Amino acid sequence: MSAANADRSTATVSDAPAGDAPAGASSGDPDAFLGLSKEECVELLREMIIERRFEEKAAEVYQVGKIGGFCHLYIGQEAVSAGSISPLRDDDYVVTAYRDHAQAIARGMTPNAVMAELYGRADGCSKGFGGSMHMFDKTLNFMGGHGIVGSHLPLAVGVGYTIRYRGGDQVCLCFFGDSVVNIGAFHESMNMAARWKLPVIFLLENNRYGMGTDFRRVAAVKELKDRGRAYDGLTSLDVDGMDVLAVRQAVEEAIERGRNEKTPSFIEARCFRYMGHSMADPMHGTYRTREEVEKWRSDDPILSFTRQLMDAGRLTEEEYQAIDREAKEIAEESAAFADRSPFPDSDALYRYVYSDGYPDDMRRRDAWRKELR
Amino acid sequence: MAVLTYREALNDALREEMERDDSIFIIGEEVGEYDGAYKVTKGLLDQFGEWRVRDAPIAELGFAGLGVGAAMAGLRPIVEFMTWNFALLAIDEVVNAAAKMFQMSGGQYNVPIVFRGPGGAALQLAAQHSQSPEPWYSYVPGLKVIAPATAKDAKGLLKSAVRDNDPVVFIESEIMYNLVRDEVPEEEYLTPIGKAEVKREGSDVTVVCHSKMVHQALAAARVLEKEDIDVEVLDLRTVRPLDVGAIVASVKKTNRAVVAEEGWPMCNVGAQVVDDIQREAFDSLDAPVARVNGLDVPMPYAKNLEKLATPNADHVAAAVRHVCYAD
Repeated sequence: MSAANADRSTATVSDAPAGDAPAGASSGDPDAFLGLSKEECVELLREMIIERRFEEKAAEVYQVGKIGGFCHLYIGQEAVSAGSISPLRDDDYVVTAYRDHAQAIARGMTPNAVMAELYGRADGCSKGFGGSMHMFDKTLNFMGGHGIVGSHLPLAVGVGYTIRYRGGDQVCLCFFGDSVVNIGAFHESMNMAARWKLPVIFLLENNRYGMGTDFRRVAAVKELKDRGRAYDGLTSLDVDGMDVLAVRQAVEEAIERGRNEKTPSFIEARCFRYMGHSMADPMHGTYRTREEVEKWRSDDPILSFTRQLMDAGRLTEEEYQAIDREAKEIAEESAAFADRSPFPDSDALYRYVYSDGYPDDMRRRDAWRKELR
Repeated sequence: MAVLTYREALNDALREEMERDDSIFIIGEEVGEYDGAYKVTKGLLDQFGEWRVRDAPIAELGFAGLGVGAAMAGLRPIVEFMTWNFALLAIDEVVNAAAKMFQMSGGQYNVPIVFRGPGGAALQLAAQHSQSPEPWYSYVPGLKVIAPATAKDAKGLLKSAVRDNDPVVFIESEIMYNLVRDEVPEEEYLTPIGKAEVKREGSDVTVVCHSKMVHQALAAARVLEKEDIDVEVLDLRTVRPLDVGAIVASVKKTNRAVVAEEGWPMCNVGAQVVDDIQREAFDSLDAPVARVNGLDVPMPYAKNLEKLATPNADHVAAAVRHVCYAD
């Protein structure tokens, strides 16, 4: 296969050198797959491939000006979103930062709604008001998409507070990047969640670079997970963020702690983004080497999980091909859908400033602009 | 009707609303065991318990953001800032999160939250504890900003704020907590957000003001009455949304206006009021609009300098004489 994929920006299964399967995954032993059925495993893989093909499509259409503003791609980190969101219940909550397209899809948002949001169209999940950084879907308890580093952690703590307040057994999963561990909101959030026993899962996606800054250059701690040790009642651990099953297992355990003991967890998932910080950046930039990027890409999460499933007899090459084809079609369709979707109408401009409407008194200030009357 | 202090009126509003709706909780520094740094939350912990009256660590950004998240998840939080000076640490959550969430999410997540606490200067608290936050927040679309002057309005507006489905910035006053006392209806009432009120009718000049300056304006009006100048005192009560209609109606009647507020002059509420007047009542004006405000300096500690920098009734009276060409 794969000549068809040779021109893609990211690795696929056929690009990888042949090698031994990871230890423990070389049989059909269900324990190696966290007790997941073959179908559940394939669904996890499918989720990751859909995310990747979607982001590749987003990069492509960004280059031709279909998407405006900032656009932070998730390629390389799919094991984290798929592994962590898949064990959640529908009534759990997700709060995330600005690299949010793939997480939105993992939570169940349609690629069409996400792409239309990237295009700034009326059918976008936030009706074109949010864009790349602000994906929301209240029906999925997907609470954004936030663009100020660290500031959404207190929001997740508030969701955790609400769960306890109501006596529920949900959890709130909160994604953030490695740059967050140095900001005050991180510590304020950990402290309150631990002190009041709030079922929040702080999921740090350590992709090693906060924009262009290696976390080791700015954090006075070698292991980021150690930042959680200051808080009694907070379970801190790290996990291989390139391994979807490892992420899933860590999050499943955190969910159990959250549901049963109401305690928060801090999980550092070590991963890597293949692309620049945003579409405005080159893939390698001045802050990391081509070799480093290539090294991580050779440990690609989709690739290694595909191989693991094939080695265990849980996936055939044909099945993989079919999934990949479907994912590409889904991505293509999302772009076509977004293109067809109308722009938000001008009347919507003041619609969501206040829930009870924008006061006429104040609108009069702009009344000299005929198009606003 | 009972005479209540501004503090008691606020306390009554909180208690009544919390009794009415169990999705309301209060979080802030010293709101529980200490009974409130200024006793506005007195007795509430005993009545409602710690999940509804939550003593927070000194972490304004954190507990303000907690409130926003809880509001998104369906509760109705009241976040108390011990003073608005400390809320500057949390302004990101107020502005970037609370104010923008409804629009950013395409109308999915409104944020029913009240941020409240005292603003303005008190007595010799020096630069970091003496400032008026109204302009910082009234600049922001998505927020509602309330600064009541009387106990009656404080209660009625706080109850409305708690029931409002959007984020409300509610600015009280350390000085007024005890000094201001007036008649408050025994029966339940709500004071509408976004509606100014004429606190004193007059025919010669309109003084547009809010919060503490309402009392300075009323004192000035009593002095000016003896000089045959009849002052109308228009209390904005809410500075965002601004009741432009009430301002314009009053100015069209009096043909002269003074805008008075405690804060600094650049880009303050009065600057906007003057703009609304010139746009909608230009032909009615018999004199340029005058502004009374705090001087454009960080508040000094020394008593004499603080007095010099703070607007008072004499300043309002002088500005009124000026627009009447009577000085």
